[in-house]
Amino acid sequence: MIERALKGNEKYWGWVGLLLLLIGVGFACYIYQLYTGLGITGMSRDISWGVYIAQFTYLVGVAASAVMLVIPKYLHNYKKYTNVVIFGEFLAIAAVTMCLLFIIVDIGQPARVLNVLLHPTPNSILFWDMIVLNGYLIINVIVGWNTLLADKKDVPSPGWVKPFIYLSIPWAVSIHTVTAFLYAGLPGRHMWLTAIMAPRFLASAFASGPSLLILLLLLVKSVSKFDPGKEAIQSIAKTVCYAMIINVFFLCMEFFTAFYSNIPSHMHSLQYLFAGLHGHDRLVPWMWTSAFLAVVGIFIMLVPALRKQTGYLAVGCASIFLSTWIDKGVGLVIGGFIPNPFETVTEYYPTFPEIAISIAIWAIGALILTILYKIAISVREEQVETDVI
Amino acid sequence: MKASRREFLKLAGVSALFGLGANAAFELLTPGALEASSEVAHGAAHGEAAAGVQAATRWAMVIDVRKCILQEDCQDCVLACNSTHNIPTVGNPKEEIKWIWKDTFEHLFPDQHSQYVDEGLEGKTFPVMCNHCDNPPCVRVCPTKATFKRPDGIVMMDMHRCIGCRFCMAACPYGARSFNWRDPRKYFEGKEAMLNPEQPTRTKGVVEKCTFCPERLAKGREPACVEACKKRKSDCLIFGNLNDPESEVRKILRKRTSIRRKPELGTKPSVFFLV
Repeated sequence: MIERALKGNEKYWGWVGLLLLLIGVGFACYIYQLYTGLGITGMSRDISWGVYIAQFTYLVGVAASAVMLVIPKYLHNYKKYTNVVIFGEFLAIAAVTMCLLFIIVDIGQPARVLNVLLHPTPNSILFWDMIVLNGYLIINVIVGWNTLLADKKDVPSPGWVKPFIYLSIPWAVSIHTVTAFLYAGLPGRHMWLTAIMAPRFLASAFASGPSLLILLLLLVKSVSKFDPGKEAIQSIAKTVCYAMIINVFFLCMEFFTAFYSNIPSHMHSLQYLFAGLHGHDRLVPWMWTSAFLAVVGIFIMLVPALRKQTGYLAVGCASIFLSTWIDKGVGLVIGGFIPNPFETVTEYYPTFPEIAISIAIWAIGALILTILYKIAISVREEQVETDVI
Repeated sequence: MKASRREFLKLAGVSALFGLGANAAFELLTPGALEASSEVAHGAAHGEAAAGVQAATRWAMVIDVRKCILQEDCQDCVLACNSTHNIPTVGNPKEEIKWIWKDTFEHLFPDQHSQYVDEGLEGKTFPVMCNHCDNPPCVRVCPTKATFKRPDGIVMMDMHRCIGCRFCMAACPYGARSFNWRDPRKYFEGKEAMLNPEQPTRTKGVVEKCTFCPERLAKGREPACVEACKKRKSDCLIFGNLNDPESEVRKILRKRTSIRRKPELGTKPSVFFLV
């Protein structure tokens, strides 16, 4: 199987080479971070989590989104997804791996990380997050790999895989619920202390992950002989559209509760993000970009005439992916720390090594995805060829 | 039985997984049992007072704000703490390590300051430290029990166990926790004589905070900050046992009006401010 990833044209190797280069740069920065400490990042005693944890949070959503293909395929026997569901599962594998790496690089004493297992603490949500994330990774490796093996031999997946497929559905919900609980249970962090944190996370997950998957499938279609099918892509696009509308609706509810109640501490973080607070407004342009992209994305996905054109579809998906990335991968984590417990504002700027390390982890994810997709595509292409014969 | 290399590796892998998971499973089924058997020293420190039985001691700090604001430029308590606990002078406010520090009423009580702050209080600073909450959110979120509550109420840190995830810093509503963003020993280079050999220095990548000086309490002494304040005869800091009705802290809390930081969060701080 794996040998399929070792055969490719110049473009393929160029892409792999670029990823390896980015990984190398990030790895060098990580060595520097290990040696000097997390002081090389832009984090501070007030903003004690930054880009790393924000990316982790966002990618948990991308990972969870595979379930949006698994449910129609395996619970409703929606045949159009038969050939694409594996791309969702492989995306989940890459995303969860990135999540775990983002946690590792954020930890001050990474050599002690197994203390989480040595001294298990069920009252800590982080303990449960470790369990659900690793579990989800294992489930998707089992399901994805066996589906691929079965596809190669052109037989249905073995029966024993079925329970794992069904298990992956509630498990996908669990990874994002538990990740939301990391934030939603903390006293004194008013923006995070909301009962709809988990529903918000799920809605944005089911918008961001599938929109990325559509972009990836369009890419796959253009670089290989495998065609995921127009109907499959359009169905995923509808999922993205519904999820994004619910996501924006939830965000509006946060605004209503904070501003109609007029409780200062509940308004502060949102004010900081969208208007600036005490003269600090670093994230304001980001948040309005996110809002603008959300409107553009929803409009394109909502109007069938636009959605059905590949060009518009790609723009719509990219808009939604970026919009949710800014909302969750930038605003949510940083905004939650502002203002600090003394109601003063410390702003956060990621540093070069911090960004390089983050890019390297994205590159590792992209590399895993490239290898897995390459294998899956080769298998699909062989099928296409035999069908022709 | 002849096992092939492949089978052996499979078995070894599964056994290793089980070995790692077993500890967790044990903890879930019988919480605390492992600790009790295998970590006597640590387990004792982690143990809570048995339900229904009140611990003999519950340490608390009372800060007399009225007296303290008269000592405007005094930093004695802060300096005493810093030198006792080998706390470095970092310089960069984003990376500061603070166990006890002075701040204004508006910052420490952001929900209570009115538009018309008492003239006597405006802009004046007084000390603040970890609240050693009865219901500490930091302990609740710590994934390794590196921070834990002792039976005498002190919220303690095991800096050898801390993995540096900083969940406790996100959970603490009082900004009382500091992270070692860099190697703290670096700040003492060339100034080794300033180090207190009786206390440890820390390593990079771990969280630390005020501990109410348990090593001094064990010898019958008061925390370093309180001792420094008494030495100056300012008497702004009063330390004692809340569970003893005749203790100094209980007496003064009966007499004067006290407030605590963010009581609405249910953390039940054991640091009181006399106003």
